[in-house]
Amino acid sequence: MSRGLRTTIAILAVLVVFGLITLPSLRQAIRRISAAQRTEEQARQDVMQVPVSTPSDVNVKAQMYWLSAASPVTLEASTIELPLSADPVERSKQLLVALITNVPSPSQRTLPADAILLAFYLQPDGTGVADFSDALSAETPSGIQSEQLAIDSIARTLGANVNTIRRLKILIHGQEVDTLAGHLDLSGLFPVSSPSAAAAPASVAPDAPATTDDLQSAATTARRPPLASIEQVPQ
Amino acid sequence: MVVLDPAHGGADQGARGLSGIAESEIVLSFARLLRISLEGQGLRVVLTRQSNDDPSFDDRSKTANAQRGAIFITLHVSSTGQPGTARVYSLPRDAGAPVSGGIGLPRAQLIRWDRAQQGYLELSRKLAELIQIQMAQRFRGSAETPTVAAVRQLRTVAAPAVAIEVSSVSLPDRTQLDKMAPALAEGVARAVAAFRLVYESGAK
Repeated sequence: MSRGLRTTIAILAVLVVFGLITLPSLRQAIRRISAAQRTEEQARQDVMQVPVSTPSDVNVKAQMYWLSAASPVTLEASTIELPLSADPVERSKQLLVALITNVPSPSQRTLPADAILLAFYLQPDGTGVADFSDALSAETPSGIQSEQLAIDSIARTLGANVNTIRRLKILIHGQEVDTLAGHLDLSGLFPVSSPSAAAAPASVAPDAPATTDDLQSAATTARRPPLASIEQVPQ
Repeated sequence: MVVLDPAHGGADQGARGLSGIAESEIVLSFARLLRISLEGQGLRVVLTRQSNDDPSFDDRSKTANAQRGAIFITLHVSSTGQPGTARVYSLPRDAGAPVSGGIGLPRAQLIRWDRAQQGYLELSRKLAELIQIQMAQRFRGSAETPTVAAVRQLRTVAAPAVAIEVSSVSLPDRTQLDKMAPALAEGVARAVAAFRLVYESGAK
């Protein structure tokens, strides 16, 4: 064996040993960086998204629609305990803020972490108008499916928890925009419907006051079958 | 005639993967291959863009609306979804009704531009069904039935119109998407050939 070959093998052996020694610390560093990103995201949300609380807030089980952990192309209903107002406008704001900030895991997110609900209005005919910051449009993954899932999650969460909303209009920074992120048409109204009572046995009826059981029980998650697509409705 | 619409283009790259895959480039490749397959069926084909430019939604619709008996197919690649699958969309009933209302033109015989698709919803749904069946046969994991969604591009097309979205730009490189192109083209061409029988018999 030549001297050069021996030297190469020795260098390779040293590199392998070095790699094996440093592998655990590399893993730890990756974990630390991931945790730091999550903390940064939370901190940004804490600063930018003002929490909504009202005197009529009562802890209730709210049915929230995020991406399914098992199938990220469908929505899944999760029941979590939230302080919600009796006033439908404030209640809607609380739900939409929670939809952005209380995601069980990053992979289940339907709305961008940076998106902020700027305002919510409810017209007498049951049309809810949700005004989001530019981040909703700029940071929602571009695509028909991903954009539809984002709107679906808003409409279904409102429908499950606020019984006075019939239709939904989305504004971006106070303006009507053509599309959410290049595909889904935001010029029209999206229907908002309450799930049937049979489909939501674990949830409190929309706008219903909390019961003692509601207050005492821990938040639970209920699996639901994949959801059909929502459609827009005429004005 | 079939109008193929490779979505996005120009400064608008559409969905973009971490590996640099751009939706606007992939769909243009798909459209070129699909054009060959459709022409093989004896159909005339027009593309809404031939290169890396970005016509407006309305300009793309105009290409179809200026033709008699056109079929419109807009091509997309998603950011998300199960890689290697394809989903077909048509517009839901009464989709895209504007909040602001019309401009007060006489109603008789006029089709509102912003609701041009409304008269073609049933035909579009039929076309979407035929294409989705082909996609399900060729791409494992694809849905067997099409989906309705308020796809902006479809709203202003006065012809049977569908969107096809392939998953996804999240792949490590574009090889898998390129491999899908021939099967996609063949499947769509077959579905369009079958649809012509329905469409042309209804038009007579």
